[in-house]
Amino acid sequence: MKRFFAFVRKEFYHIFRDKRTLLILFGMPLAQILLFGFAITNEIKNADIGVLDNSKDVTSLELINRIKASGYFKLAEYGNNTESIEESFRKGKIKLAIIFDRDFGKNFQLGKNPELQIIADASDPNTANTLINYISSIVMSFTHEKNINNKISLINTEFRMRYNEELKGVYLFVPGLITIILMLVSAMMTSISITKEKELGTMELMLVSPMKPYTVIIAKVIPYTFLSIINSAIILILGKFVFDVPIQGSLILLMAEIILFILSALSLGILISSITDSQQVALMISLVGLLLPVILLSGFIFPLENMPLWLQYFANIIPAKWFMIIIKSIMLKGSGITDIWLETLLLAGFTLVFALISVVKFKMRLE
Amino acid sequence: MKELSIKVSNLSKRFGNFVAVDNISFEVDKGEIFGFLGANGAGKSTAIKMLCGLLEPSSGNAEIAGFDIYKETEKIRKTIGYMSQKFSLYEDLTVAENIRFFGGIYGLNKNEIADRTKYILDWLKISNLRDVLVGSIPLGWKQKIAFAVSVIHNPKIVFLDEPTGGVDPITRRQFWEMIYLKSGEGITIFVTTHYMDEAEYCNRISMMNKGIIEALDTPENLKAKYSSVNMDEVFLKIARGK
Amino acid sequence: MYDIEIKNISKQYGDVIALNNINIQVRKGEIFGLIGPDGAGKTTLIRLIATLLVQNKGEIKALGYDTISQFQEIRNKLGYMPGRFSLYQDLSVIENLELFASIFGTTVEENYNLIKDIYSQIEPFKNRPAGKLSGGMKQKLALSCALIHKPELLLLDEPTTGVDPVSRKEFWEMLSKLKNMGITIFVSTPYMDEASRCDRIAFIQAGEILDIATPDEIISNFDDKLIAVKSDNKYKTLQDLKTLNTLRYVYPSGEYIHYVDSRKEYSISGIMEILEQKGNTNIELKLIEPNIEDCFMKEMMVRANERIIH
Repeated sequence: MKRFFAFVRKEFYHIFRDKRTLLILFGMPLAQILLFGFAITNEIKNADIGVLDNSKDVTSLELINRIKASGYFKLAEYGNNTESIEESFRKGKIKLAIIFDRDFGKNFQLGKNPELQIIADASDPNTANTLINYISSIVMSFTHEKNINNKISLINTEFRMRYNEELKGVYLFVPGLITIILMLVSAMMTSISITKEKELGTMELMLVSPMKPYTVIIAKVIPYTFLSIINSAIILILGKFVFDVPIQGSLILLMAEIILFILSALSLGILISSITDSQQVALMISLVGLLLPVILLSGFIFPLENMPLWLQYFANIIPAKWFMIIIKSIMLKGSGITDIWLETLLLAGFTLVFALISVVKFKMRLE
Repeated sequence: MKELSIKVSNLSKRFGNFVAVDNISFEVDKGEIFGFLGANGAGKSTAIKMLCGLLEPSSGNAEIAGFDIYKETEKIRKTIGYMSQKFSLYEDLTVAENIRFFGGIYGLNKNEIADRTKYILDWLKISNLRDVLVGSIPLGWKQKIAFAVSVIHNPKIVFLDEPTGGVDPITRRQFWEMIYLKSGEGITIFVTTHYMDEAEYCNRISMMNKGIIEALDTPENLKAKYSSVNMDEVFLKIARGK
Repeated sequence: MYDIEIKNISKQYGDVIALNNINIQVRKGEIFGLIGPDGAGKTTLIRLIATLLVQNKGEIKALGYDTISQFQEIRNKLGYMPGRFSLYQDLSVIENLELFASIFGTTVEENYNLIKDIYSQIEPFKNRPAGKLSGGMKQKLALSCALIHKPELLLLDEPTTGVDPVSRKEFWEMLSKLKNMGITIFVSTPYMDEASRCDRIAFIQAGEILDIATPDEIISNFDDKLIAVKSDNKYKTLQDLKTLNTLRYVYPSGEYIHYVDSRKEYSISGIMEILEQKGNTNIELKLIEPNIEDCFMKEMMVRANERIIH
């Protein structure tokens, strides 16, 4: 046990003496959350929209005013016929069009399923999705407010952000960031720190010592697990106090899932280091092989629903995708383990497989 | 009167409080094989870097082939050749490609490069290695080729920094025969080595210790002066300050 | 009793044969030198003994254990110093030493007497990061770390390469002391002159062992008549000697040129006359005793004649 702790202590020395590592470890999460939180949120303000109000009555006007007042939309076109709206769309003047049915107001008062058509410019699927969500949310609250038991049927609307009632982009970025940063710190940093030992020749000395390979691995992994947990805590705290991102579910469950994900990322890191002996290659594999799929295919930035089917299937083998679902459910929906047991099981399965392969692949010798 | 190739007077280099080279002076004749010896950290590398125009001295003067090491570093670099144990040739290029590359660097034109390539391949009898990657050639041979490449532009002086480290005894000797040949053609050879038998091959030797030149003479005279049977003993006596 | 037994070892990397049918036995308590140039296969052989590589053929026993099936036992009792400096550069001298002590389940205090002589020289710098030490000090730290668990067998891969003659001499003095403490030492070196420091040596060249014997035996087995030649123009004399049709081999060696004739019996003055005729001046010619390097040169020359390089 003394051997083990001596080794763990040494790992901490390496981390704390290397300014660059420290910067990546602690500077990155901070910079990223602030960057994403403030600058590049998915929030869209003052989007140009067009309205074709065939109904032209109190109800439709009130709804239009409500939409204008939300701050998300700017009325760029108040059309008279379908053609003019069509043209504005083509020219890119408007991102979304709302078309009121002739009997909208009447049906609304009568509770007879008034029809409202919403068309979004899907050439930018993310914006389209967001805008539709904004509109649908406004329309819903409008309906509830009027306290009439009627339904307004919305066309082309999804309720993907149903639980993000205030429609804040940063809510989604916090889970996404935790995922990315854990991947970065756990997988990339471990694979680099192991390959560094290979490059410097110190691995050679460790191998000829009585240290068992798995002890070397576990000792290497412990500091990064520890630091990753601290990092997730920093992001959660920043999210809560700077951006008011709630944690609806159990904090203990959340931390447990985070640790499970950290373990799967660490195993991936070790796996990478067993394939290559060079820090540079390890870095490349981590970036291209791990980070890129996590960013692109976990549903963090681009909605998976808009991707080709084969890519959606492919995304299933990315542990980050499942972790994203888990962490979003816990944080935003307040889900318990009964809701996310399947995803948790999948993640645990991945972790086990990666850990097993990396232990098997870890070389007891130089070749 | 002998033609001077290197003239160093009161040259010093300080890094902060640390004096790496402390007021050294010496002269090297044209075509001379000059052995520049000293323990690790004695200041050899710093001195060589200054002479090649890579490092500005803190004080003192030096002329390399008549060029001032402060003002004419560009001209110096064109007149000298350089080769070291650590870097000699690009491993991922073939022999011919390396020759073409270094020839190009030293401003040789296409015809000259073709001539020199043929010359080097014939000289070393390695026409069969022409299109072989340097990385797959044994170390000793690689160093021989590197030396040939370092004199491709017929420099006035060539600096060799531990050129034979780790090379087998036979190839090491072949390497020295190449040095003799080039010295005979009038190229000044400025060489460092850890092999004391190689020190004997030099016309004159300087022994550096803690930044100063402790001794400078022919191997013969040094052995007599320090009453030693070989250069190894001379080296130990000087380095230990006896 | 043998501490290392190498039997019919061959090792290949892809198509490249690094070691070809090596047989060496190292006795308990001796300093065994593996002598040969870069690329001869020294590092591969040492890594095989250190259980870091697996051979293609043959078997190695270190301290009585098989390097493949019983490598854990060997790793407990082995001290190993790789060819290049392989300690943690960002850890201080004392942190490195303590790390290696703990890894082997011991403490610095417990085996301090073993490393005292070596370590006391770097102790004043014990809080300095290992990466900031001078070459000689790094080497002493590496040796201290390799010794801290009181190994029975010490494997040193070119410990003196790139080290100046003074530090080299000190290093060999340290090895002699360790030998007196009963540690078996297997050391590789490209420096021929270090051979005389070993109890027994093996010449290795291009993956093959040329000879194994004590340094004295190797010298006494040298049965050629070796002549040392000196003149005003060494290069010219060397070229002239190469033109002799009775030449067996010739090479420069220090201030002299060493010459061996193909005839068993001949007069030295005959050679002298020829050299004078060719215009050499101030010629000195004498019969000398060979040194280790001459023996190695001979072995290599003879083999090189058998198969032309490349």
